[in-house]
Amino acid sequence: MKKTNILIVGVGGQGTLLTSRVLGSLACKMGYDVKVSEVHGMAQRGGSVVTHVRFGDRVSSPLIEEGRADILLAFEKMEALRWIHYLKEDGMLIVNDQAIDPMPVITGAAQYPDDILNQLVNEISNVFVINAQEIAKEIGNLRVSNSVLMGVLAQYMSIEKEDWEEVLRSIVPPKTVEDNLKAFNIGYNTRIECEEGAVNI
Amino acid sequence: MKKLMLGNQAVARGAYEAGVAVATAYPGTPSTEITEFIAKYDEIYAEWSPNEKVALEVAIGASIAGGRAIVSMKHVGLNVAADPLFTASYAGVNGGLVIVVADDPGMHSSQNEQDSRLYARSAHVPMLEPSDSQEAKDYIKLAFELSETYDTPVIVRLTTRVAHSQSMVELAKPESKAFKEYVKNPKKYVMMPAMAKARHIAVEQRMEKLAKDSCQFEINKVEEGDPSIGVIASGIVYQYAKEVLPEASFLKLGMVHPLPKDLILDFASKVDKLYVLEELEPVIEEQIESWGVQVIGKELFSVQGEYSSNMIERAIKGNSVIIKEKKELPNRPPVLCPGCPHRAVFYNLKKLKLTAMGDIGCYTLGALSPLEGIDACICMGASIGMAHGFEKARGKDFSKKVVGVIGDSTFIHSGIGGLIDIVYNKGVSTILILDNSITAMTGHQDNPATGRTIKGEVVPALDLVALVKATGIHNVRVIDPFNLKESELALKEEIERDEPSVIIFKRPCALLDKSQASPLKVNEEKCTSCGLCLRLGCPAIQKKDDGIFINDALCNGCKLCTQVCRFNALEGVDY
Repeated sequence: MKKTNILIVGVGGQGTLLTSRVLGSLACKMGYDVKVSEVHGMAQRGGSVVTHVRFGDRVSSPLIEEGRADILLAFEKMEALRWIHYLKEDGMLIVNDQAIDPMPVITGAAQYPDDILNQLVNEISNVFVINAQEIAKEIGNLRVSNSVLMGVLAQYMSIEKEDWEEVLRSIVPPKTVEDNLKAFNIGYNTRIECEEGAVNI
Repeated sequence: MKKLMLGNQAVARGAYEAGVAVATAYPGTPSTEITEFIAKYDEIYAEWSPNEKVALEVAIGASIAGGRAIVSMKHVGLNVAADPLFTASYAGVNGGLVIVVADDPGMHSSQNEQDSRLYARSAHVPMLEPSDSQEAKDYIKLAFELSETYDTPVIVRLTTRVAHSQSMVELAKPESKAFKEYVKNPKKYVMMPAMAKARHIAVEQRMEKLAKDSCQFEINKVEEGDPSIGVIASGIVYQYAKEVLPEASFLKLGMVHPLPKDLILDFASKVDKLYVLEELEPVIEEQIESWGVQVIGKELFSVQGEYSSNMIERAIKGNSVIIKEKKELPNRPPVLCPGCPHRAVFYNLKKLKLTAMGDIGCYTLGALSPLEGIDACICMGASIGMAHGFEKARGKDFSKKVVGVIGDSTFIHSGIGGLIDIVYNKGVSTILILDNSITAMTGHQDNPATGRTIKGEVVPALDLVALVKATGIHNVRVIDPFNLKESELALKEEIERDEPSVIIFKRPCALLDKSQASPLKVNEEKCTSCGLCLRLGCPAIQKKDDGIFINDALCNGCKLCTQVCRFNALEGVDY
């Protein structure tokens, strides 16, 4: 099997680390060689964060290079745009339709781009846009939006849904298992939510 | 059994399997998790030491007593521990002594990108460098064997990408803790000139023997391939290169000091072009060149930042994948969290236009816009000495507006010496200790002032007020930084004094208190969009086209902003 490269990007505190840990455990369970690279320390304080997940028969580098990610999973839409050069030519982008203003925007020193989804759709042919935050709000637990995104991701990976659920159960805090599974299933069953111009794959 | 493990976790597992008795550290990204994971093993005594120098000294003592000891730190921590390191090299060991140092090429979470391999060379101690989690575990065990066989401390060098990457690790049964007999031996352990001269001879002999023996070490291995490209690499760079040059011939170095000269010369003679791939300093390249061998290295790469697979492919093969254009976007720098007690201090520093000598911790983020509350930051503990130097250079009147800003853990680490200096040498500086009751930036580690050990035991907490007073400072007060008015007044009074003073701004880290108050909201009728609240640099307060807005997903209800607003426009949701 060829190597699979999944780049997870977002803002420190959004739960990207948990997602990469779920993916890592899952690939491990499937018997693949796995490498996961994380960011700790200063960048976690609300900064731009990225984690790399790679698995296959044999993986050398723990990092995904520019132009080589199969899937870019973005927890925040400007972060999607910041990292799209990591996607390979025909790679897929799953993007959470959420905007988190960085400090330069908060203070008025910079503008948050207003046409991000259009830019993404123009650049990439495979884009899945979902508002995971809204869904998490409906479930009543803002912290499960990452499971919504994992549900979407699961649609595009050849790993059984039951395996995903089992790993999720073992990794998320016990009290939140039900909410996380609900969120995962909504993501899993949501078919592509097209912003104008988005293309189904 | 195989398990997916973080590099740092694998180091901890290696220590456990090697039967380590004592593990010490001062937290520092990217090394922190090593000792956190070690502390989970009941069999191992683990501690957060006040700084890396003490941590290494405790480990040296444990080693001389006959137990295996491991000490972990980040690259700049090794500067602090350099004094004991250079002489521990002469004394050698009894039980194995392993120093783990985590370098940070690319400065993900550091103030410089120094290369620790140069320490191994100048302290004359061997250094191993693993390239993934399995090797991290295996090399730790090997390091203990080498340490005891060659009577030397051994450094194991990680870089961020090894420390903070997860990969598969095969677990093994732990060895039982075997203690070496302790025999009084001043010729070996008392390093004064006569003894040290004899020991230096032993040091050079052991390094010579190691260099020779290392040609046979399994961790230095040749992987034969296409002889037109020969690559010498170690650590994470080996993995980057393997990814894009799978067909090339490789000499993978598991030991980066001393180098296996004969093995390298033999490898060099069998390949057409010899590349040395190493991040940061050309340590290996220059040594090989000094043997008269032509190598290609830094002329293709940089001494700055990290290498990557794409970079290596472009430099050596001249091609790479197609990459989409990078976008120009607003930066997303890390920020002080909503509810952070430091924000209040920096707000006042800016308001009073004070010059602040800063230090290392979350509060270094106070240097960024809009707080811009720090003028200089160099290393752990430096703020206090720098404030004193500022005053001594320009006189008391000039420096009235200068303060030193330091965190609780950093003050304990190496700030106290600066404070003693101020009192001793008749300084009048005002030092602000930002006591948030935890070592926050590295992920909430305990320290002597929290009253808890790494294992969670309750111990007497270091009394910072008493400590400050003991240096001879008469003016010390403890203030809640969230009382902005009182803080401002205290700052004004203390900087005017003709005596040194300390203000301890005490309030726990916002992330320690899990019970969140309800978020605030903006009363649109009262808000004039004057923007005063934005000066707090709170990520929860945002300016939109139609006014000020509070992001209720981020606001933690600390109410600091209500003290800043002149129009009472920021209100609790509940009332």
